Amino acid sequence: MDANTAEQIVLRAVQSVFDQIGEPLPENLSAESVLVGPDAIIDSLGVVSLIVEIEQIVEAEHGVSVILANDKAMSAKNSPFRTVGVLAAHVIATIEEAKAA
Amino acid sequence: MTDAKKVMLITGTRKGIGRYLAEYYINQGYLVEGCSRKECDIDSPFYHHHFVDVADEKGVRTMVADIVKRHGRLDVVLNNAAIASMNHVLLTPAASANRMLEVNVTGTMLVCREAAKVMMRKRWGRIVNFTTIVAPIALAGEAVYAASKSAVVTFTRILAFELGQWGITCNSFGATPIMTDMIRGVPKEKVDEVVNGLAIKRLGTPEDCANVCDFFISPASDNITGQVIYLGGIT
Repeated sequence: MDANTAEQIVLRAVQSVFDQIGEPLPENLSAESVLVGPDAIIDSLGVVSLIVEIEQIVEAEHGVSVILANDKAMSAKNSPFRTVGVLAAHVIATIEEAKAA
Repeated sequence: MTDAKKVMLITGTRKGIGRYLAEYYINQGYLVEGCSRKECDIDSPFYHHHFVDVADEKGVRTMVADIVKRHGRLDVVLNNAAIASMNHVLLTPAASANRMLEVNVTGTMLVCREAAKVMMRKRWGRIVNFTTIVAPIALAGEAVYAASKSAVVTFTRILAFELGQWGITCNSFGATPIMTDMIRGVPKEKVDEVVNGLAIKRLGTPEDCANVCDFFISPASDNITGQVIYLGGIT
Protein backbone atom coordinates (compact mmCIF):
# COMPACT_ATOMS: atom_id res chain seq x y z
CA MET A 1 0.00 0.00 0.00
CA ASP A 2 1.35 3.45 -0.88
CA ALA A 3 1.39 6.46 1.42
CA ASN A 4 -1.41 8.27 -0.41
CA THR A 5 -3.79 5.29 -0.18
CA ALA A 6 -3.06 4.87 3.54
CA GLU A 7 -3.62 8.56 4.19
CA GLN A 8 -6.93 8.46 2.32
CA ILE A 9 -8.03 5.50 4.48
CA VAL A 10 -7.19 7.43 7.65
CA LEU A 11 -8.99 10.55 6.41
CA ARG A 12 -12.09 8.54 5.47
CA ALA A 13 -12.05 6.97 8.92
CA VAL A 14 -11.73 10.43 10.53
CA GLN A 15 -14.73 11.54 8.48
CA SER A 16 -16.68 8.50 9.66
CA VAL A 17 -15.86 9.25 13.31
CA PHE A 18 -17.11 12.83 12.94
CA ASP A 19 -20.24 11.54 11.21
CA GLN A 20 -20.84 9.21 14.16
CA ILE A 21 -20.53 11.98 16.74
CA GLY A 22 -22.54 14.37 14.60
CA GLU A 23 -19.95 17.14 14.46
CA PRO A 24 -18.60 18.95 11.38
CA LEU A 25 -15.23 17.85 10.06
CA PRO A 26 -12.48 20.33 11.07
CA GLU A 27 -11.25 22.63 8.34
CA ASN A 28 -7.79 22.10 6.88
CA LEU A 29 -7.72 18.40 7.68
CA SER A 30 -4.33 17.12 6.52
CA ALA A 31 -1.52 14.69 7.25
CA GLU A 32 -0.41 17.07 10.02
CA SER A 33 -3.77 17.03 11.83
CA VAL A 34 -3.18 15.92 15.42
CA LEU A 35 -5.11 12.89 16.70
CA VAL A 36 -3.60 12.40 20.17
CA GLY A 37 -2.70 14.96 22.84
CA PRO A 38 -3.72 18.50 23.81
CA ASP A 39 -4.24 19.74 20.24
CA ALA A 40 -6.08 16.64 19.05
CA ILE A 41 -9.11 17.05 16.81
CA ILE A 42 -10.78 14.04 18.49
CA ASP A 43 -10.99 12.78 22.07
CA SER A 44 -9.61 9.48 23.35
CA LEU A 45 -12.82 7.58 22.60
CA GLY A 46 -12.72 9.07 19.12
CA VAL A 47 -9.28 7.52 18.70
CA VAL A 48 -10.72 4.13 19.69
CA SER A 49 -13.46 4.48 17.07
CA LEU A 50 -10.93 5.69 14.50
CA ILE A 51 -8.62 2.71 14.96
CA VAL A 52 -11.47 0.20 14.76
CA GLU A 53 -12.80 1.96 11.64
CA ILE A 54 -9.39 1.82 9.92
CA GLU A 55 -8.96 -1.88 10.79
CA GLN A 56 -12.34 -2.59 9.24
CA ILE A 57 -11.61 -0.61 6.06
CA VAL A 58 -8.27 -2.37 5.64
CA GLU A 59 -9.86 -5.78 6.09
CA ALA A 60 -12.89 -5.07 3.88
CA GLU A 61 -11.06 -3.34 1.02
CA HIS A 62 -7.58 -4.83 1.15
CA GLY A 63 -8.26 -8.26 2.62
CA VAL A 64 -5.72 -7.94 5.40
CA SER A 65 -6.65 -8.46 9.05
CA VAL A 66 -4.60 -6.13 11.24
CA ILE A 67 -4.51 -4.99 14.86
CA LEU A 68 -3.26 -1.41 14.86
CA ALA A 69 -3.18 -1.20 18.66
CA ASN A 70 -0.65 -4.02 18.89
CA ASP A 71 1.98 -4.52 21.60
CA LYS A 72 4.61 -2.68 19.58
CA ALA A 73 2.36 0.32 18.96
CA MET A 74 1.20 0.59 22.57
CA SER A 75 4.75 0.47 23.95
CA ALA A 76 6.31 2.86 21.42
CA LYS A 77 7.94 5.99 22.86
CA ASN A 78 6.16 8.14 20.28
CA SER A 79 2.54 7.20 19.63
CA PRO A 80 1.96 5.87 16.10
CA PHE A 81 -1.50 7.45 16.34
CA ARG A 82 -0.35 11.05 16.94
CA THR A 83 -1.16 12.56 13.53
CA VAL A 84 -3.00 11.51 10.39
CA GLY A 85 0.31 11.11 8.54
CA VAL A 86 2.03 9.14 11.28
CA LEU A 87 -1.00 6.88 11.63
CA ALA A 88 -1.03 6.32 7.86
CA ALA A 89 2.62 5.22 8.04
CA HIS A 90 1.72 2.88 10.91
CA VAL A 91 -1.09 1.40 8.83
CA ILE A 92 1.35 0.62 6.01
CA ALA A 93 3.93 -0.88 8.41
CA THR A 94 1.29 -3.01 10.16
CA ILE A 95 -0.08 -4.33 6.88
CA GLU A 96 3.43 -5.27 5.74
CA GLU A 97 4.08 -7.06 9.05
CA ALA A 98 0.77 -8.94 8.75
CA LYS A 99 1.56 -10.01 5.19
CA ALA A 100 5.04 -11.17 6.18
CA ALA A 101 3.77 -13.21 9.15
CA MET B 1 -32.91 -3.35 14.81
CA THR B 2 -34.30 -4.97 11.69
CA ASP B 3 -36.57 -8.01 11.60
CA ALA B 4 -33.76 -10.15 10.13
CA LYS B 5 -32.63 -13.00 12.35
CA LYS B 6 -30.25 -11.86 15.04
CA VAL B 7 -26.84 -13.46 15.17
CA MET B 8 -25.59 -14.84 18.47
CA LEU B 9 -22.14 -16.17 19.31
CA ILE B 10 -21.97 -18.66 22.16
CA THR B 11 -18.56 -19.91 23.24
CA GLY B 12 -18.12 -23.43 24.53
CA THR B 13 -21.08 -25.05 22.76
CA ARG B 14 -19.78 -28.62 22.55
CA LYS B 15 -21.50 -29.70 25.75
CA GLY B 16 -23.12 -28.60 29.00
CA ILE B 17 -24.74 -25.20 29.39
CA GLY B 18 -23.27 -23.85 26.15
CA ARG B 19 -24.80 -26.63 24.14
CA TYR B 20 -28.17 -26.24 25.85
CA LEU B 21 -28.15 -22.49 25.18
CA ALA B 22 -27.20 -23.00 21.52
CA GLU B 23 -30.19 -25.27 20.96
CA TYR B 24 -32.45 -23.04 23.06
CA TYR B 25 -31.60 -19.92 21.06
CA ILE B 26 -31.85 -21.71 17.72
CA ASN B 27 -35.41 -22.53 18.76
CA GLN B 28 -35.90 -18.88 19.72
CA GLY B 29 -35.11 -17.86 16.13
CA TYR B 30 -31.47 -16.86 16.39
CA LEU B 31 -28.68 -17.74 13.99
CA VAL B 32 -26.26 -19.29 16.43
CA GLU B 33 -22.50 -19.37 15.93
CA GLY B 34 -20.75 -21.62 18.39
CA CYS B 35 -17.20 -22.57 19.14
CA SER B 36 -15.14 -25.10 21.00
CA ARG B 37 -11.76 -26.73 20.65
CA LYS B 38 -13.32 -30.03 19.66
CA GLU B 39 -16.06 -31.25 17.39
CA CYS B 40 -19.67 -30.39 18.15
CA ASP B 41 -22.61 -32.44 16.86
CA ILE B 42 -25.34 -29.80 16.94
CA ASP B 43 -27.15 -30.37 13.67
CA SER B 44 -29.17 -27.38 12.55
CA PRO B 45 -29.21 -25.12 9.49
CA PHE B 46 -29.24 -22.24 11.97
CA TYR B 47 -26.03 -23.32 13.67
CA HIS B 48 -22.44 -22.92 12.54
CA HIS B 49 -19.50 -24.31 14.48
CA HIS B 50 -15.98 -22.90 14.72
CA PHE B 51 -13.04 -24.90 16.03
CA VAL B 52 -11.51 -22.21 18.18
CA ASP B 53 -9.68 -21.96 21.45
CA VAL B 54 -10.95 -18.65 22.84
CA ALA B 55 -7.51 -17.96 24.30
CA ASP B 56 -6.04 -17.92 20.77
CA GLU B 57 -6.14 -14.32 19.57
CA LYS B 58 -5.76 -15.13 15.90
CA GLY B 59 -8.41 -17.85 16.09
CA VAL B 60 -10.93 -15.50 17.73
CA ARG B 61 -10.26 -12.79 15.14
CA THR B 62 -10.69 -15.26 12.30
CA MET B 63 -13.93 -16.59 13.80
CA VAL B 64 -15.49 -13.14 14.22
CA ALA B 65 -14.32 -12.08 10.74
CA ASP B 66 -16.00 -15.19 9.33
CA ILE B 67 -19.25 -14.39 11.14
CA VAL B 68 -19.19 -10.86 9.72
CA LYS B 69 -18.44 -12.18 6.24
CA ARG B 70 -21.43 -14.54 6.30
CA HIS B 71 -23.96 -12.46 8.24
CA GLY B 72 -22.70 -8.87 8.27
CA ARG B 73 -23.64 -8.56 11.92
CA LEU B 74 -23.19 -9.92 15.42
CA ASP B 75 -25.84 -8.97 17.93
CA VAL B 76 -25.34 -11.09 21.02
CA VAL B 77 -22.40 -12.82 22.68
CA LEU B 78 -22.68 -15.35 25.49
CA ASN B 79 -19.18 -15.98 26.84
CA ASN B 80 -19.72 -19.41 28.34
CA ALA B 81 -16.44 -21.17 27.53
CA ALA B 82 -14.36 -21.82 30.63
CA ILE B 83 -12.17 -24.39 32.26
CA ALA B 84 -12.05 -25.29 35.93
CA SER B 85 -9.74 -27.35 38.03
CA MET B 86 -10.72 -28.10 41.59
CA ASN B 87 -7.53 -28.26 43.55
CA HIS B 88 -6.09 -26.99 46.80
CA VAL B 89 -3.94 -23.97 46.00
CA LEU B 90 -0.90 -25.67 47.56
CA LEU B 91 -1.29 -28.39 44.95
CA THR B 92 -2.04 -26.21 41.93
CA PRO B 93 0.65 -26.19 39.22
CA ALA B 94 1.45 -22.84 37.61
CA ALA B 95 0.61 -24.26 34.18
CA SER B 96 -2.88 -25.17 35.38
CA ALA B 97 -3.41 -21.71 36.89
CA ASN B 98 -2.13 -19.97 33.76
CA ARG B 99 -4.37 -22.01 31.49
CA MET B 100 -7.46 -21.16 33.58
CA LEU B 101 -6.57 -17.47 33.42
CA GLU B 102 -5.88 -17.66 29.67
CA VAL B 103 -9.20 -19.28 28.81
CA ASN B 104 -11.45 -17.70 31.42
CA VAL B 105 -10.07 -14.16 31.48
CA THR B 106 -8.06 -13.54 28.31
CA GLY B 107 -10.45 -15.65 26.23
CA THR B 108 -13.45 -13.68 27.48
CA MET B 109 -11.63 -10.42 26.80
CA LEU B 110 -10.66 -11.41 23.26
CA VAL B 111 -14.19 -12.47 22.30
CA CYS B 112 -15.65 -9.28 23.82
CA ARG B 113 -13.07 -7.12 22.04
CA GLU B 114 -13.62 -8.57 18.59
CA ALA B 115 -17.42 -8.78 18.99
CA ALA B 116 -17.65 -5.20 20.23
CA LYS B 117 -15.83 -3.95 17.12
CA VAL B 118 -18.67 -5.43 15.07
CA MET B 119 -21.48 -4.33 17.41
CA MET B 120 -20.17 -0.73 17.35
CA ARG B 121 -21.18 -0.40 13.70
CA LYS B 122 -24.86 -0.96 14.48
CA ARG B 123 -24.61 0.81 17.82
CA TRP B 124 -26.34 -2.14 19.44
CA GLY B 125 -25.11 -5.24 21.18
CA ARG B 126 -25.57 -7.55 24.13
CA ILE B 127 -22.70 -9.27 25.91
CA VAL B 128 -23.19 -11.74 28.76
CA ASN B 129 -20.08 -13.09 30.46
CA PHE B 130 -20.43 -16.18 32.61
CA THR B 131 -19.05 -16.21 36.12
CA THR B 132 -19.77 -18.50 39.07
CA ILE B 133 -21.13 -18.38 42.59
CA VAL B 134 -17.95 -20.03 43.86
CA ALA B 135 -16.29 -16.60 43.72
CA PRO B 136 -18.64 -14.76 46.13
CA ILE B 137 -19.00 -17.80 48.42
CA ALA B 138 -15.17 -18.24 48.49
CA LEU B 139 -15.36 -21.99 48.03
CA ALA B 140 -12.23 -23.73 49.27
CA GLY B 141 -10.59 -25.77 46.52
CA GLU B 142 -11.57 -23.36 43.74
CA ALA B 143 -9.18 -20.49 44.46
CA VAL B 144 -7.74 -19.96 40.99
CA TYR B 145 -10.97 -20.74 39.14
CA ALA B 146 -12.91 -18.38 41.41
CA ALA B 147 -10.23 -15.70 41.04
CA SER B 148 -10.45 -15.96 37.26
CA LYS B 149 -14.23 -15.57 37.40
CA SER B 150 -13.95 -12.61 39.80
CA ALA B 151 -11.75 -11.05 37.14
CA VAL B 152 -14.50 -11.66 34.59
CA VAL B 153 -16.99 -9.77 36.79
CA THR B 154 -14.68 -6.79 37.22
CA PHE B 155 -13.77 -6.84 33.53
CA THR B 156 -17.47 -6.87 32.62
CA ARG B 157 -18.34 -3.97 34.94
CA ILE B 158 -15.66 -1.80 33.34
CA LEU B 159 -16.45 -3.04 29.84
CA ALA B 160 -19.99 -1.78 30.40
CA PHE B 161 -18.64 1.74 30.84
CA GLU B 162 -16.25 1.48 27.91
CA LEU B 163 -18.87 0.20 25.45
CA GLY B 164 -22.03 1.89 26.74
CA GLN B 165 -21.73 4.81 24.35
CA TRP B 166 -22.18 2.43 21.42
CA GLY B 167 -25.39 0.89 22.78
CA ILE B 168 -23.65 -2.29 23.90
CA THR B 169 -24.65 -3.70 27.27
CA CYS B 170 -22.31 -5.99 29.22
CA ASN B 171 -23.44 -8.09 32.14
CA SER B 172 -22.32 -11.17 33.96
CA PHE B 173 -24.16 -14.13 35.34
CA GLY B 174 -23.17 -16.69 37.94
CA ALA B 175 -24.99 -20.00 38.05
CA THR B 176 -25.32 -22.32 41.00
CA PRO B 177 -23.85 -25.83 40.46
CA ILE B 178 -25.39 -27.54 37.44
CA MET B 179 -24.75 -31.22 36.75
CA THR B 180 -22.42 -30.77 33.78
CA ASP B 181 -19.06 -32.36 33.05
CA MET B 182 -17.38 -29.40 34.72
CA ILE B 183 -18.61 -30.41 38.19
CA ARG B 184 -19.08 -34.14 37.66
CA GLY B 185 -15.64 -34.69 39.19
CA VAL B 186 -16.41 -32.60 42.27
CA PRO B 187 -17.15 -34.74 45.37
CA LYS B 188 -20.88 -35.00 46.14
CA GLU B 189 -20.33 -33.69 49.70
CA LYS B 190 -18.77 -30.54 48.26
CA VAL B 191 -21.71 -29.97 45.90
CA ASP B 192 -24.18 -30.64 48.75
CA GLU B 193 -22.28 -28.16 50.93
CA VAL B 194 -22.70 -25.47 48.28
CA VAL B 195 -26.38 -26.25 47.66
CA ASN B 196 -27.13 -26.22 51.41
CA GLY B 197 -25.70 -22.71 51.59
CA LEU B 198 -28.10 -21.37 48.97
CA ALA B 199 -31.38 -19.59 49.64
CA ILE B 200 -33.01 -21.92 47.09
CA LYS B 201 -31.57 -25.32 48.01
CA ARG B 202 -31.38 -27.10 44.67
CA LEU B 203 -28.96 -27.59 41.83
CA GLY B 204 -29.15 -25.10 39.01
CA THR B 205 -30.54 -26.02 35.62
CA PRO B 206 -29.73 -24.92 32.07
CA GLU B 207 -33.21 -23.38 32.02
CA ASP B 208 -32.13 -21.11 34.90
CA CYS B 209 -29.25 -19.90 32.73
CA ALA B 210 -31.48 -19.25 29.72
CA ASN B 211 -33.84 -17.28 31.92
CA VAL B 212 -31.12 -14.86 33.04
CA CYS B 213 -29.67 -14.59 29.53
CA ASP B 214 -33.15 -13.83 28.15
CA PHE B 215 -33.39 -10.93 30.58
CA PHE B 216 -29.95 -9.51 29.80
CA ILE B 217 -30.25 -9.74 26.01
CA SER B 218 -33.80 -8.45 25.75
CA PRO B 219 -34.10 -5.25 23.69
CA ALA B 220 -35.95 -3.84 26.71
CA SER B 221 -32.80 -4.29 28.84
CA ASP B 222 -30.95 -1.44 27.17
CA ASN B 223 -30.44 0.25 30.54
CA ILE B 224 -29.27 -2.93 32.29
CA THR B 225 -25.49 -3.01 32.13
CA GLY B 226 -22.48 -3.62 34.35
CA GLN B 227 -24.58 -5.92 36.52
CA VAL B 228 -23.94 -9.37 37.90
CA ILE B 229 -26.75 -11.78 38.75
CA TYR B 230 -26.04 -14.84 40.85
CA LEU B 231 -28.61 -17.59 41.16
CA GLY B 232 -29.80 -19.13 44.41
CA GLY B 233 -29.72 -16.03 46.60
CA ILE B 234 -25.97 -15.45 46.47
CA THR B 235 -24.86 -11.83 46.29
